[in-house]
Amino acid sequence: MRQAAEDPPKRGRERPGPGHGAWFLVLPALIPILVLSVGPLLYGILLAFTDAQSGRTEPTRWIGALNFRDLLQDTLFWESFRIGLVWAVGVTVPQFLLALGLALLLNERLRLRRLARALAIVPWAMPEVVVGIMWRLVYSPDAGILNETLRDVGLGDGRDWLSGLATALPAVIVVGVWAGMPQTTVALLAGLQNTPRELHEAAALDGAGAWRRFRTVTWPALRPIALAITALNFIWNFNAFALVYVLTSGGPGGRTRLPMLFAYEEAFRYGQFGYAAAMGCVMVALISILLAVFLVGRLKGGDDA
Amino acid sequence: MRTGTAARVGQYTALFGYLVFLAFPFLWLISTALKPPRELGSLHPTWIPRDPTLDNFRQAFDEQPLLRAASNSLIAAAGAAVIAVLIAAPMAYVMARHRTLLARAAGGWVVVSQAFPFVLVIIPLFLVLKNLRLINSVPGLVMVYVVWALPFALWMLVGYVRAVPAELEEAAAVDGAGRLRTLVSVTAPLMAPGLAATALFAFVTAWNEFFFALVLLKTPEKQTLPVILTHFIGAEGVADLGPLAAAAFLATLPSLVVFAVLQRRITGGMLAGAVKN
Repeated sequence: MRQAAEDPPKRGRERPGPGHGAWFLVLPALIPILVLSVGPLLYGILLAFTDAQSGRTEPTRWIGALNFRDLLQDTLFWESFRIGLVWAVGVTVPQFLLALGLALLLNERLRLRRLARALAIVPWAMPEVVVGIMWRLVYSPDAGILNETLRDVGLGDGRDWLSGLATALPAVIVVGVWAGMPQTTVALLAGLQNTPRELHEAAALDGAGAWRRFRTVTWPALRPIALAITALNFIWNFNAFALVYVLTSGGPGGRTRLPMLFAYEEAFRYGQFGYAAAMGCVMVALISILLAVFLVGRLKGGDDA
Repeated sequence: MRTGTAARVGQYTALFGYLVFLAFPFLWLISTALKPPRELGSLHPTWIPRDPTLDNFRQAFDEQPLLRAASNSLIAAAGAAVIAVLIAAPMAYVMARHRTLLARAAGGWVVVSQAFPFVLVIIPLFLVLKNLRLINSVPGLVMVYVVWALPFALWMLVGYVRAVPAELEEAAAVDGAGRLRTLVSVTAPLMAPGLAATALFAFVTAWNEFFFALVLLKTPEKQTLPVILTHFIGAEGVADLGPLAAAAFLATLPSLVVFAVLQRRITGGMLAGAVKN
């Protein structure tokens, strides 16, 4: 789910205590959060240790770690997990690099800059389902513009990109990059405005080339935002659903079956609530570990970057 | 800084390439939506329809209950936006003005919720809503969207509260206004643009949302636009391309309008936040 990283809270004047009446201000939001968000999360963890199924008449039983043992041996799950990683890295990395280049570009004084910034919002505003449908039309074997363009320039004679075993995942990744780039660009652009222009100009006067200025002035200032947005993008991409559901439904032959699609099928097609909940737990745990490694690594090796 | 001509040419080429990459799927969507069946069946598709028609739009409305779905989407999104902002604003106020344990916990929750494992939440939520008989109901979906919109609503609103100088509130207090009076007559009016921006943003995210709607809404007369759109794609992935494109285009319009209105605020807000941080 994509959400704007809006204004980081500024330090305003803070008073020591909430005083009376604060509870009355907080409860309207707190109760729904506890009942519909924190509660279900805890309930979900409990469910992972049961044999809960949809539409079954016998009572749900506590089965300990059995779901987790089954998961460890479920090759389909590990396959979807591997695809999820390939997809998340395959989308996040190009997304970041393209967005960085674009943000640097849009930070220059160019004509069309305003237009480009305004247009950058379009993919962000579109429902993911529409993005998926739109790209299906582009990829469509006969009526699609991609194959027609390739034919025009003499490259190949029409492929069914989304149903090809080898092409499906790359084709879906391109869409993921397209869909998420604007938001990353806007965030990085915000970071760029943060880099002190005087430093940049001083470095230029000292004869530093563009690359050196980027490395010594721009990047150090941009790094915190870049790290945060990359970590968030990675999580969002790993948890992606709608785009791929519309593009391929996980096919062909499970080649694009991301973990969320797998979990969705287990839970709502086969009714395996307990098993799917266990899968959710494993996904969260593994993603947290990966992110921790990534963040710790980046923060440690930070000074030379 | 002076930039060489070669560098300029490179920059404009890159910018142009980016604009093409950004625009071409969208232009193709519009082109497809305007083509009559005969042209859609042609083996050599063209960018500009030779025989543009609006038939696809009419057919889209005939094939699927689009109006019904749009009104469901509108209720779900508007309901979620209004409720989320109404209940988030007071909490955001407390979070912005007081450093309490609660405020910190809420701040932490906002961050963690960005990584929320939806699978882990949706199954229990499904069971809870089922017990409340709120499955396959738009109000049930509104409840879910409210909670889903709360983290970023809080995040945005805390920023807007902090932009209101506390001195103004203190001055009102000195003049003898009570706490509630101060909030209503001093703080709230100053925050009005922020409240509106937050609500619009929540509206768009809910309007576009698919996963929860897919799981919670079972029958076509309750489903929202994104779910109904997938019905245009048949079981074997065969789709009636023209009406599909037309319906998809229509579903995007409200979000595009809202984003066009919000554009300055979204980029501007992010820029301001980053600069003043």
